Amino acid sequence: MHYQTESWNSYLPTKSPTTDSLQLIQRLAAENAVVIFSKSTCCMCHAIKRLFSGMGVNATVYELDEDPREKEMEKALIRLLGSSSAVPVVFIGGKLVGAMDRVMASHINGTLVPLLKEAGAIWL
Amino acid sequence: MNSTSTQFVPSRRMGLCEPMPQVGMWNDYKENNCLHTSLPVLEVDTRFDNQSEDTSHGTVGPSNKYDQEDSKPVDKVMRRLAQNREAARKCRLRKKAYVQQLENSKLRLMQLEQELERARHQGSYIGGGLDTGQLGYSGTTNPGIATFEMEYGHWVEEQNKKIADLRNALYSDIGDVELGMFVDGGMRHYFDLFAMKATAARADVFYLMSGTWKTSAEHFLSWIGGFRPSELLKVLMPHLEPLTEQRRLELSNLRQSCQQAEDALSQGLEKLHQILSETVADGQLGEGNYLPQISAAMEKLEDMVRFVGQADYLRQETLLQISRNLTTRQTARGLLALGEYFQRLRALSSLWASRPRGSA
Repeated sequence: MHYQTESWNSYLPTKSPTTDSLQLIQRLAAENAVVIFSKSTCCMCHAIKRLFSGMGVNATVYELDEDPREKEMEKALIRLLGSSSAVPVVFIGGKLVGAMDRVMASHINGTLVPLLKEAGAIWL
Repeated sequence: MNSTSTQFVPSRRMGLCEPMPQVGMWNDYKENNCLHTSLPVLEVDTRFDNQSEDTSHGTVGPSNKYDQEDSKPVDKVMRRLAQNREAARKCRLRKKAYVQQLENSKLRLMQLEQELERARHQGSYIGGGLDTGQLGYSGTTNPGIATFEMEYGHWVEEQNKKIADLRNALYSDIGDVELGMFVDGGMRHYFDLFAMKATAARADVFYLMSGTWKTSAEHFLSWIGGFRPSELLKVLMPHLEPLTEQRRLELSNLRQSCQQAEDALSQGLEKLHQILSETVADGQLGEGNYLPQISAAMEKLEDMVRFVGQADYLRQETLLQISRNLTTRQTARGLLALGEYFQRLRALSSLWASRPRGSA
C-alpha cells in the first residue's frame, strides 16, 4: 500500500470543479491496479484498507482530507456513487467497484478475486 | 407524632375549623346535672381517654379527673378538644399515607404488567432473554427500541414455527418446488430480522450492540450484533453432506472470504474505538468545558451504525451465497441446522439461568 502525498494543483484545468474532479478521479483510478479513495479519520476506510492488505493486495490510497481539493473530490465521489458518504471508494483496473458493501458482496460471491487477478493486483 | 402533642394546649387558635358539638353538649349536661357532676366527669373522661391513642403517656393523666369537680370544667373541655383534634389529625395522616401507598402500588402493578407483556412477547421458549436481566432495561423510554423488543419477540416465536414446519417438510414426501417455498420463507425471515435491526440501530445502536435483546449464550458467541458468518459455515458444513469436491472447495473458499471480511470489519471497529477515545480525551481534561469534544464524538458514534449495517449485510450475502451453490434440499437442511443451532443456544441460556445457585 502506498499513499499519494503530492499536491494535485498542477492538474487544475479551467472548466467546472466537479467535472474536473470527476476527470481527476478517473485519471487517478486508471493509474494503478487497485485505487482507494479514503479519509484518514474514516474507520470504514480503515476496514477496507485492511481487507485488501489482508489479501496481499498493494492498493494505492488517496486520503482526501490531506488534499486541498477535498470538497470537490467529495462531491464528485458522492455523485459517482449516488450515496451520502464519499469514502471509501474502490477502483480496480480503472473501473469503479464501489463502496464497502459492493466490495464485500463481490468478495463473498467470488467475483473480487478474479477481478484482482485480471488487474494484476494479485497472483495465485 | 409524639406524646407531647396530647398535652393541654390553648384551644382557641387551633380549633377554629373544628366542629364543637361536644362543648355545648358538655355544658348542657353539666347544667342539667349539677348535683352529679362528678359522675359524668369520670365517665366522659374515661371514654375519651380510651379513644385517643397516646394520652395514657400521662401528661394529662387520669388522676386529674378524680381531683377536679365543677371547679375546672374548662380545662377538661380544652383537653378533650385537643385530644380530639389530635386523633382526627392522626387519622387524616394515616388515611393520606394509605392512599399514597395504594397509588404507588397501582403504578408498580402497571409497570410489572407491562414488563410481563414484553417478556411474554420475547419468546415462547422458557426464560427467553429474561436471564440477561433485560426486564429492567429502560428501553421503554425509547419507542424505537420498545418496538424492536416487541417485534423481536414475535420474530422468535415465528422462527420456532418456521423451523418446525421446515423439519416436517424435509421429512415428508413433498417435491422440491414446495420445499423451495419453505426455504425462501426461511431465508426471508432472516432478512426481515436484518431490516428490523437496521431500524433499531438508528434508534439506539448501543442497545443493539449490547445484545441485551438476545439470550446470554447467543450474545456470548456473537460478533458485531449477530452471528459470525464463518462460524455459521463451520456449523452448517457437516449437515450439507454429501458434497461434491467442487462444492466443498467453493464452501471452503466462501468461509475464508467471510473470515477476511470479518477481520476487516473488526479492525475498522477497533480503529473507531481508538478514535472515539482520542476524540473524547482531546484538549484539556479537567477544565470542565467539553462541549466541542462531545460534539465531535457524536459524529464518530454515527459510524457505529454503519458497522452494524455492514455486518448484517455480510450475513445476508453469506446466506444468499450458500443457497446459490446448493440444491434446494441441501439448503433446506442447512436452514434447519442453523435454526436449531440457535434454538439450542437459547435453551442453553434458559438452563443456565435456572441452574441451582450455591451448589459447589
